[in-house]
Amino acid sequence: MSLAGFPNPVLDQQAAFRAVMQALSEPGCIVQAGALAGEGSPLGPVARAIALSLLDFEVRFSLSSSLADAEGDITFHTGSRLASRLDEAEFAFVDLRQDVLDLGSFAQGTPEYPDRSTTVILRVESLTGGPSLKIRGPGIRGTRELNIPGLPTDFALQWAANAARSPLGVDLIFVTNEAVLGLPRSTRILPEAR
Amino acid sequence: MSRTAENYRGYNFAYLDEQTKRMIRRAILKAIAIPGYQVPFASREMPMPYGWGTGGVQVTAAILGPSDVLKVIDQGADDTTNAVSIRQFFEKTAGVETTTETEKATVIQTRHRIPEAKLQGHQVLVYQVPIPEPLRFLEPRETETRTLHALAEYGLMHVRLYEDIAQHGHIAKTYAYPVLVADRYVMDPSPIPKFDNPKMDDCAALQLFGAGREKRIYAIPPYTKVVSLDFEDHPFEATKFEQPCALCGATDSYLDEVITDDQGGRMFVCSDTHHCETRRCEGHVGHLGMPVTEAAE
Ligand SMILES: [Zn+2]
Repeated sequence: MSLAGFPNPVLDQQAAFRAVMQALSEPGCIVQAGALAGEGSPLGPVARAIALSLLDFEVRFSLSSSLADAEGDITFHTGSRLASRLDEAEFAFVDLRQDVLDLGSFAQGTPEYPDRSTTVILRVESLTGGPSLKIRGPGIRGTRELNIPGLPTDFALQWAANAARSPLGVDLIFVTNEAVLGLPRSTRILPEAR
Repeated sequence: MSRTAENYRGYNFAYLDEQTKRMIRRAILKAIAIPGYQVPFASREMPMPYGWGTGGVQVTAAILGPSDVLKVIDQGADDTTNAVSIRQFFEKTAGVETTTETEKATVIQTRHRIPEAKLQGHQVLVYQVPIPEPLRFLEPRETETRTLHALAEYGLMHVRLYEDIAQHGHIAKTYAYPVLVADRYVMDPSPIPKFDNPKMDDCAALQLFGAGREKRIYAIPPYTKVVSLDFEDHPFEATKFEQPCALCGATDSYLDEVITDDQGGRMFVCSDTHHCETRRCEGHVGHLGMPVTEAAE
């Protein structure tokens, strides 16, 4: 049985996009999702709203193993196809609560076209209450704190490797059931003060 | 259709079809993640000529929502034909509220100026860009400029600017003065006067740039380092004016020369018309201005 799309596609897609735009413009800020796209998808309502808003036949996506059941729904509503390889997808959906994260496995872009990289949408339980990471970069006045619980233990290491590829690299959008938080490749995690 | 502007007179909301909006939105997100880098996009035909800022119009159409308040300026003024047409275009196709007040706008589309009022964090400034490639005058081939950006090879650019100094004693460029964004990409800020360059640095608002003919979108996220290219012995200097605005007396705004009569009379007034009006309403009077209350009678 197929899940419903947006009730007001034009306005809902705009609202979902604007939340993501704000999230990537202000890395580390918790931004209320602009639109929710129904329950029942393993993606959850926010990641699914992002999929319905940004995907179409011009781009491909990938799904982490526990999200595999979402393929038919995404393709049906957007016309986007599952990529045969992770590094051929413009968008990747990963459930960080259940699946492993390997940022290096996605498309990183090329020196001439650093934009040809994967945007990774990561589903997490919460955006607050986790260990504190201090971040800095464009979109951040001074520094900001990131408190996402349940990040992989090697996350800071993976992110440092992503930063080392700059201006190539992936961009991250964390989502819960109601909010989004952006971490573009331009953001740096500062070393912990001792 | 329950919401007002959707499918107004047969147009999609904000004119563009959803497919095009998605493509532009994806380009905008990449542009934000890679500050100063020019993201290629498949520009669409718009119902206006290229010189009218179709790149900026497409960016505005892709981001605009029903709760936005739009301001459009052309060379600082809200009342030129170009600004009025673009404003009416979005009033008609998106049904959004428009304003001339910088402080009230959530989206400001601009051609060739940055407003004088300090922009705020919830605002987006959308620039209309004619030529997005700052290296174009050094290297006409797109593949070559792409390689130069990839290698961050900007030596030639500096040589060219230094030739100016050798010839004129200073850098002659007063418009579209190149900047380095977030210590990585050299970017063309569009033909704004170099007077406006310092406003791009550490700006609270998101800045988006759309070039329609050359199909490029680029961005400066809020609070990003933007440095005008210069040399240790010839530091960048923003244009300074020798006189205040004739109407409002401002000493810190960008001035345009205006012909006042057919006898060759002229005066210098704020190019940002809203800024000038606000100051006059607050009681500031320049040497050729009248207090606002009298002028209204
Ligand atoms: Zn004035």
